[in-house]
Amino acid sequence: MQDRNHLSDVQPTNSVCLIENGLIEIPMLQLLDENGHETNKEQSPEIDEATAKRIAATMQYIRLLDERMVGAQRQGRISFYLACTGEEASTVASAAALSSDDMIMSQYREQGALAYRGYTTEQFMNQMFSNELDPNKGRQMPIHYGDKTLNFMTISSPLGTQIPQAAGYAYGQKMSGKPALTICYFGEGAASEGDFHAGVNMAAVLNCPVIFFCRNNGYAISTPVEEQFKGDGIASRGIGYGVKTIRVDGNDVLAVFAATKKAREVALAHNCPVLIEAMTYRLAAHSTSDDPSGYRSKSEEEKWHAKDPVERFNKWLDGKGWFDKKATDAYLEKSRAEILAAVKKAEKVPVAYIDDIVEDVYDTPPWHLKKQLVELKAHIAKYPEHYPKTSGRVK
Amino acid sequence: MNMSNNRVLTMARAGREAVKWEMENDKNVFMLGEDVYKFGGVFGTADGLGEIFGADRILDTPISETGFIGLATGAAIAGMRPIVELAFADFIGVCYSAIVNLAAKHHYLSNGEFKVPMVLMLGSGGGYNNGGQHSQALHACLAHMPGMKVIAPSNAYDAKGFMHAAIRSDDFVVYMGQKRTSGVGFFGAPIPDSMSEIPDEPYTIEFGVARTVKEGTDVTVVAISWAVHQAMDAAKELEKEGISVEVIDPRTLVPLDRESIINSVRKTGRLVVADEDYQSYGFTSEVIASVIESEPNVFKSAPIRVANPDTTIPYSRPMEQQVLPTSARIKQAILDVMK
Ligand SMILES: Cc1ncc(C[n+]2csc(CCOP(=O)(O)OP(=O)(O)O)c2C)c(N)n1
Ligand SMILES: [Mg+2]
Repeated sequence: MQDRNHLSDVQPTNSVCLIENGLIEIPMLQLLDENGHETNKEQSPEIDEATAKRIAATMQYIRLLDERMVGAQRQGRISFYLACTGEEASTVASAAALSSDDMIMSQYREQGALAYRGYTTEQFMNQMFSNELDPNKGRQMPIHYGDKTLNFMTISSPLGTQIPQAAGYAYGQKMSGKPALTICYFGEGAASEGDFHAGVNMAAVLNCPVIFFCRNNGYAISTPVEEQFKGDGIASRGIGYGVKTIRVDGNDVLAVFAATKKAREVALAHNCPVLIEAMTYRLAAHSTSDDPSGYRSKSEEEKWHAKDPVERFNKWLDGKGWFDKKATDAYLEKSRAEILAAVKKAEKVPVAYIDDIVEDVYDTPPWHLKKQLVELKAHIAKYPEHYPKTSGRVK
Repeated sequence: MNMSNNRVLTMARAGREAVKWEMENDKNVFMLGEDVYKFGGVFGTADGLGEIFGADRILDTPISETGFIGLATGAAIAGMRPIVELAFADFIGVCYSAIVNLAAKHHYLSNGEFKVPMVLMLGSGGGYNNGGQHSQALHACLAHMPGMKVIAPSNAYDAKGFMHAAIRSDDFVVYMGQKRTSGVGFFGAPIPDSMSEIPDEPYTIEFGVARTVKEGTDVTVVAISWAVHQAMDAAKELEKEGISVEVIDPRTLVPLDRESIINSVRKTGRLVVADEDYQSYGFTSEVIASVIESEPNVFKSAPIRVANPDTTIPYSRPMEQQVLPTSARIKQAILDVMK
């Protein structure tokens, strides 16, 4: 057995010194300035026209979907929604830098990544209307998507819980020998949960190929980052856990794409986690249950509108000669019509059958659940007037 | 008591009044949780209190339930009287150890030397369609464990009295507020009977004393929290059909006023227990077992429990309505025990 020396990297010093925040500077990768000009062409990632256009289209589609669904919630057609306005580049460009075999474990504001993977307008709508055709059968809150065929893990409400699980999923991927990894999205607020610390350390020690992608959007509901942590963002924590770390401008498609590509390369080559901290801003309210005017100023929001990721990327596309105003407008018009039609269709689809409530609690429903179902069905048959929308939905 | 003002308050407003009074009169009382200072908390219990007491006494915390419940436990040991808000009972999952292994055990393990005079406020239950990770009642998960008192008021009068009592108690108290009864907009309009006329003065209510919400002679219905209102709706309907229902609200799960329940069943000989928690291993079985243990021969028919089936609560509103212990299901149970 070899002797260990856990002090081998420790340098003695003979002066009393307090190491503070700020001694290590973690720069933010930015490849596009606010006018869409490349700041360092040598570092700009290779990105073909088709991919660039798909990123732009997905960002615009998601912005439109968010707008429409916030509206639908206001009209009382769905009960809850949560927009990602302002953060489209972070989620869409990172998803674009992955392989479709890579697993996505997200928090709840990553509809951009899911749309990039190919989730359809109809699927979005059926999920949000919790109807029979909802891929989650009406069981989950709106925006808590999940789709195994798209490698998108079903979202859970308790914050931070996806982080250790992402390390575990990545561990499984490594053991299977397939060249795929897991990306785990979370907010800077969720990173206060113990699960963040446990999960990142676990991934480092167990050599798991996982990208921890933090969307640092300035707020956790009403809590600004200064009240969430005192350290240098989330990036400094990655370093503390011995995890390779990149901080990136989250409103810059090229930078997010380049950082995620690099992270993927390193994570797969070395079987290790990489942490990305994307600096962005939640232009939207936290959710439809929130009103930000109580805790932040309009002028602050205005400053971030100027950094709009969608506009910035469109300017870059334009510079490349890849931006076609007419085609873009036509695409938006088509998407708008498609979303409206899907809303109308989804709200007419009935809820799932009552039998569904005992399905999937276990692999097969045990006898006690079957008995409870029989009792409930008998009850509903006796009192259908109390169950106007479901009394006919008994198999 | 001075009832002249005729102030009818929601549960959230009534609880807030108690918190405010205690904070004015005891500098050791403070409140903490996610979004309580700027937002007034999800239940409006801290609404406007941030401005009055400042950010040192109404604390917005980072998002770490283990962190702030552990912190509150430490502060309580140090002699403070923290009121911790955890908006959704579902999230006790992420900090269960701090609750059941620390806050609930220090008193015993230290021979009573280290007391934990802390109130943990949890928003519990569903009925406003919010899905299986935001709608669980879960009071049995806490009442099952020794070392904490667990209260679940059903109306504003009780909310204020219990909040005063909980803050002044030297025990660790878990205060479970059902969201549908809170009167906070997001959770829907308050159930009318959850609102009550509230005296201006502070007052306390003793833990472990049930309230007979309605007297009756044919059937005893024991219900707690939101289910009390469902039981009352069923009872009022059946009154018209000539069935006399007694409705008992124990108000506190720990300690549980078994005596009042047993006395009622002695009188009626029939028992229905309604509860929004999962059916198995819960409040309903505890109540029935308690009565059978002491009065095995008093029953004219087998008792019935009405609870959530042992499945995850669906998000879809009509789907959710099928699993809740609503007045329709309680009514059927009453008719069944009457057979
Ligand atoms: C364990 C747990 N605690 C609290 C909440 C309530 N909650 C939902 S979202 C949220 C804020 C999260 O902020 P952040 O992680 O920064 O993500 P963002 O909303 O900014 O995208 C809170 C406190 C929760 N869902 N789970
Ligand atoms: Mg955030």
